[in-house]
Amino acid sequence: MQVIPVTAVHRGFGTTSRRDAWWATPLAVFVGLSAFVGYATWAAFQGDHYTYGPYLSPFYSPELFGDSPHAWFGPKPAAWPAWLPFSPALLILPFPGLFRFTCYYYRGAYYKAFWADPPSCAVGEPRKSYRGEHSFPLILQNAHRFFMWVAIVFIAFLVYDVWLALWFTNPVSGAREFGVGVGSIVLAVNVGLLACYTWGCHVLRHVVGGRLDELSKSPACAMAYACVSGLNGRHQLFAWCSLFSVMSSDLYVRLCSMGVLTDLRLL
Amino acid sequence: MQATFRIWRSKAGEAGRFADYPTEVSEGMVVLDAVHQIQADQAPDLACRWNCKAGKCGSCSAEVNGRPKLMCMTRLNTLDLAQPVTIEPMRAFPNIRDLVTDVSWNFQVKTGIRKFRPRAADAADGTWRMSQRDADRVQEFRKCIECFLCQDVCHVLRDHDKHEAFIGPRFFAYTAALEMHPLDADDRLGDLKEHHGIGYCNITKCCTKVCPEHIHITDNAIIPLKERVVDRFYDPVTRLLRMFR
Repeated sequence: MQVIPVTAVHRGFGTTSRRDAWWATPLAVFVGLSAFVGYATWAAFQGDHYTYGPYLSPFYSPELFGDSPHAWFGPKPAAWPAWLPFSPALLILPFPGLFRFTCYYYRGAYYKAFWADPPSCAVGEPRKSYRGEHSFPLILQNAHRFFMWVAIVFIAFLVYDVWLALWFTNPVSGAREFGVGVGSIVLAVNVGLLACYTWGCHVLRHVVGGRLDELSKSPACAMAYACVSGLNGRHQLFAWCSLFSVMSSDLYVRLCSMGVLTDLRLL
Repeated sequence: MQATFRIWRSKAGEAGRFADYPTEVSEGMVVLDAVHQIQADQAPDLACRWNCKAGKCGSCSAEVNGRPKLMCMTRLNTLDLAQPVTIEPMRAFPNIRDLVTDVSWNFQVKTGIRKFRPRAADAADGTWRMSQRDADRVQEFRKCIECFLCQDVCHVLRDHDKHEAFIGPRFFAYTAALEMHPLDADDRLGDLKEHHGIGYCNITKCCTKVCPEHIHITDNAIIPLKERVVDRFYDPVTRLLRMFR
């Protein structure tokens, strides 16, 4: 059916009758995500100051290859090409990065903030053509489910890092002893927020029960669906809190390692 | 107190324009009250569709200060009356006259969605059994009053005119109510992918924000349907698993 919107007088980038500060949210998203991507890229390429005592920066966890005692398989592989920059984080960050990049919440947010598609609700767009996620390249966003499984595994690694962050080496005896430092709490809060974000994923909600029409016939699925739905209702909040916490955790470990901050032992 | 309302005036086949109407307003008034007052005092030919004045019929959809809203549910004390309040018809649909739009496209779209088809009866007396919990899940979508504000704000229809290829958030919610129904046996996933354009949705959540019934259209209808489509057509693992079932 031919539809001709008659009030096409508002067509054009940024044109709207809205009186509120519609640009504020996309601007905040643009600044927030740009700051995170900028910091994460810089931190990933540093390859240094990512551990301090029992603490390991979440950007570098799990450390597969590296020079720190946290490395699983020892130093950088000899076969690594000399021309290719190496940092333990470069082996890790693409996976959580792609999980966030394909996340339903972030998709909606960065389509608005970075691509103005649309700039905000009921605000004119800069271009006429539109393919959405119907065809290449954005149809690849459907791979979100695969990155979700990797992200869930990473949560287990980060929980293990928190456990390790509770065991300090006694400087006198050299023995490992249980303790709690501010860094232990920083890493624990970080993994809690990351878990709330990951376990509230829309795909996980679908997998655990959303795909079923008769959820009541699978009580375990029904319970999991209820739990994931509870977290999913705050997915945006946890997306931002976990983004901030993972950056803060790396910064904390980095500043302690550089001697700028002193890690207080609470226990 | 006096406020000015800048209302879109148009006739079929003519270019429209805004006209300013200063009028007295008082405590408790909504935008629709002001429009009725202007109709009574200044512009008896002003066309405006309305019915229940209670936010339940979905007739008085319009754009107030650029935001899709029900006029009967928009209180004047939520607006800045120091400036003229703009009232426009919904932009995603053809304008008939003034604030009235032709939303018949939506009813045509609805006819293209496979209807409810229950499975074989559960009991010998021809009745079915279903859990209240399962019925509750789709009940949310049945709150829809078909005001079509979600269709109006959706940029796929509003800015990109994909009316031929995309059914819009209202009908994804309608499809979700059928597809997730515990008794329904029909399959709409192929239609969603091929004919209803679910892939065009890019999760702006504008539809959810404007819904006067607070239906979580994006999170509870569109994304779950997208995931079912991914299961069926894009995920090689689930396709492989289906071969062994």
